[in-house]
Amino acid sequence: MSTNLVWLALLMAAVTYPARANPLLLPQMRNLPPILLTYLRLVGPAVLASLAAVSLAVKTGPSGRPELSIGPEWIAVALCVAIVAWRRNLLVGLIVAAGLMALLRATGIAVV
Amino acid sequence: MQVTERASENDVLRASRRRLLMDTVGIAVSGGGFGLVYGIAAHEAGLSVLEVAAMSTLVLSGGAQFAALGYIAAGAPWAAIVLLTAFINSRHLLYGAALGPYLSDRSAALRAAMAHGLTDESFAISLSHFRRIGRADVAGYGMAALFGEVPWITFSIVGATLAANILDPARFGLDVIFPAAMAGLAVGLITGKRELAAAISGAIVGVVVGLGWDPAAGIVAGGLVGPFVGLLIPASEPSV
Repeated sequence: MSTNLVWLALLMAAVTYPARANPLLLPQMRNLPPILLTYLRLVGPAVLASLAAVSLAVKTGPSGRPELSIGPEWIAVALCVAIVAWRRNLLVGLIVAAGLMALLRATGIAVV
Repeated sequence: MQVTERASENDVLRASRRRLLMDTVGIAVSGGGFGLVYGIAAHEAGLSVLEVAAMSTLVLSGGAQFAALGYIAAGAPWAAIVLLTAFINSRHLLYGAALGPYLSDRSAALRAAMAHGLTDESFAISLSHFRRIGRADVAGYGMAALFGEVPWITFSIVGATLAANILDPARFGLDVIFPAAMAGLAVGLITGKRELAAAISGAIVGVVVGLGWDPAAGIVAGGLVGPFVGLLIPASEPSV
């Protein structure tokens, strides 16, 4: 069983813990400049949206160069987004998205 | 008189803890289901069950763990993954800043221990609980952390174990879970025009840079530039 990425998990934990602990342990950390706090608040939606868009729309082509990819996966992800926006329930959104793709592939409308 | 006040305080504490427990039931079910999905996606990205267990126990951050899967699958350098994790989890600074004043009279060792359990879920539930009772309640925080995090850890391991027996994950649509989870998590963090602008611009910058240069660079560029665009948008007026 591979254990190499356990070290990566430790490194990820090492950069996460200070963000969790510093404001609890150091009172001066609770008074960061408002603009920095706002920027930090915006990092989450920006980086997650970037991850979603890149993993969905950018694929490596036969030449090894990145290429634009458009397919039924976009519909599945859009459906998940709509469900989360409507019901605030990510789990249901993921199940519906995966179910739709499974259905499209089973019926031959989409291919892997 | 003092006895009456103390009895009243205890009633308030018990009522607030009951509500906290009700809130954590939903979080536990959702965390378990989401953990299962993470375990399956992590197996897809090549992680062993032990590596999944280490991620969920040590990092304890669904968004960052999901995000890291994309990088691991793409063979990105660890430095980029660690940087990405630091960026995504920097939001915990805000959580600690909000909870910190309630805990200022507790020992440093206790606060240091509590910090590891500070997640999106434990923060949201604990802060509401602290506000209801007007002070900190370490036992309540412990309940919020325990019920929110144990299902996540347990079911991510179960998911990775089960996924090893699924021969063709794409046939079941499991390959779409990663982008759908990222998009869904982003939507969950959008609470105003600034967040929306940051998310949309982050996605556009990510794709443009990803297509023009490199997908991994696109993700980082989107995450860095998106918040600057969000800052250009005037803050939403508080609702009356």
